[in-house]
Order: sequence, then C-alpha cells, then structure tokens
Amino acid sequence: MKITVNGAPAEITGATLAEALAELGYAQARVATAVNEQFVPGAARGGLALSEGDRLEILAPRQGG
Amino acid sequence: MPIFYGTEIASPLMLGTAQYPSPAVLAEAFRRSGAGVATVSIRREAAGGDGGAFWEMIEGLGLPVLPNTAGCHSVREAVTTAHMARELFGTDWIKLEVIGHEDTLQPDPFGLVEAARILSDEGFKVFPYTTEDGVLAGRLLEAGCEVLMPWGAPIGTGLGLNNVYGLRTLRAQFPGVPMVIDAGLGLPSHAAQAMELGFDAVLLNTAVAKAGDPAAMAEGFARALEAGRLAHGADPMEARDMAAPSTPLLGLAVLE
Repeated sequence: MKITVNGAPAEITGATLAEALAELGYAQARVATAVNEQFVPGAARGGLALSEGDRLEILAPRQGG
Repeated sequence: MPIFYGTEIASPLMLGTAQYPSPAVLAEAFRRSGAGVATVSIRREAAGGDGGAFWEMIEGLGLPVLPNTAGCHSVREAVTTAHMARELFGTDWIKLEVIGHEDTLQPDPFGLVEAARILSDEGFKVFPYTTEDGVLAGRLLEAGCEVLMPWGAPIGTGLGLNNVYGLRTLRAQFPGVPMVIDAGLGLPSHAAQAMELGFDAVLLNTAVAKAGDPAAMAEGFARALEAGRLAHGADPMEARDMAAPSTPLLGLAVLE
C-alpha cells in the first residue's frame, strides 16, 4: 500500500506499523512514531494496522537548544 | 543550586546541543561549562540515520536532558512532540515551545497555556518558554507549571535582557518559583545580570555554539553565572543618581 513516510511517498507490504518500520529499515532504530498526527507508543506498533494514504512520522533524538 | 520539580541540578547553566562545529567541540564545551542540563530535540530520522549515535554522545555527558518542542506552532504539534520526546528520552521533563510568530519566535501565550495544561495533566513536568508577562506567568502556574522560563530576548539574537524592568517585576511577583532566563543571551555578562536579578538559571545555546571558541565561551558563562549568583546573595548596594565620595572627606588637607 502507498503511505507517506516523513513527508515522502513510500510503498509498503506490511500490515502493521511494526512491520512497516522493519520493512523501511528502522527495525533497530531508536525512534518515536506518529500516524496521522497521532503519537503511537512503541508498545502499540504491533497492533496498529496501517491504511492506504496514512501519514507516518518517524523521529529520533537530535541536537536542540 | 536550582531545584526543578524536586530535582536539584548541579549548575545554573542549561546548555543546548545544537550548532556546534563538531561533536568533539560540543563535548569540550560541555566539559568546561559544567552545565547542569543538556537540551535536546527530536527530528525526522532517515532509515539508517545517526540518531542513535547522537543519543549515545548525549548519554555520555551524564547530564539530565531537557527535550524541547522547538518549531511547534500549534498546541497539537507541541503535545504530540512532547509525547514522542518522552518515549525517546525517557524523561517527563519537557521544554514547551509554542511559537506564535515566525520572525520573532515569540511564544504564542494562548497556545502555550493550553498545551501546558494538557501536558501537566498528563504528568509532564513542563518548562514553558514564555515572555516576561506576569499575567501569562500566573496562568502557566495555574496550568500546573512549577518552573517558568522567560526569554531574555528573541531566540538566537544574543541581545541579552531586553526588558530588565519586566524581568525584575516578574521575579518579584513570583519569588518562590524557579525561573530560568531562556533565549537571547549573547555574552557572559548577560548571564551574570540574570543571576544578579535573582533568576535561578539560564538556558542558552547559540552564544556558546557559535562563538569562535565554544569551549572558552562556555567556561566564560560558567564563571559569569557564579559571579552573578554570589552578587545576588551578597545584597548589592542601592544604585543612586548623584555621586557620593567613597574616600572620607574628614581630614582632607586644605591646600589652596
């Protein structure tokens, strides 16, 4: 299905957020996620089914002031 | 030393982690600053990105971290960012920024109070980036904040304390509330002035990171903060308009 990942189009086959993250190369990454502007805790990724057109944000620690 | 939400920090300097020329320079600046808190943020991560490496470096500093919601212009953005930051950094501390204007980066006072209330109710320990407005400060305290972070000047300007009268009034209005001057500092003298006014700490980033020698500037800030802290505790003299001789007039020779 086609979704948006960090603002860019992506094609995935996984059904859940956890599967999509693994497929996209974030399996081992220290990241936080939001789907359609809603925070999805790490523990909920396996149970969250993605849908066509979903907007996925994947964030990580960065420098900040 | 300052106590925020029951946690005492080792220094009144809260130092940002952005804009340094290299990770090594950042680490050296932190070492010489003796900073008590490191501020951090969250941003989009590319697959195979280096977020993990950055986090390992920050963990190596051995300091409490204060994640921010920098760049958020709405309550919803800020609240969601806070949730993501809490999971990533494992802390319920959040530097709450809800920006109201693109050019001045002035806080949106209405969104700030709303977001502060939501996050406080959810158990976050909110450090709101605010102005020197005393009414707004009162609203933030009512919303659950136990720390206030008024700006000295707009973020990244280095102008120092733009409204000394307003900051002094704010300090006097809420004497028991820990307050941090956040943003706008450019020189150690600005930090000393903040401490002389009775503020508990300062939060800065650009002034150190963009200095020609960040480590030296970091140490300069550390010394200035200590000077200001000592001065505030030493009950400074009252300023006056007219001159008053310090050398006694008694015994002055008559030579003409």
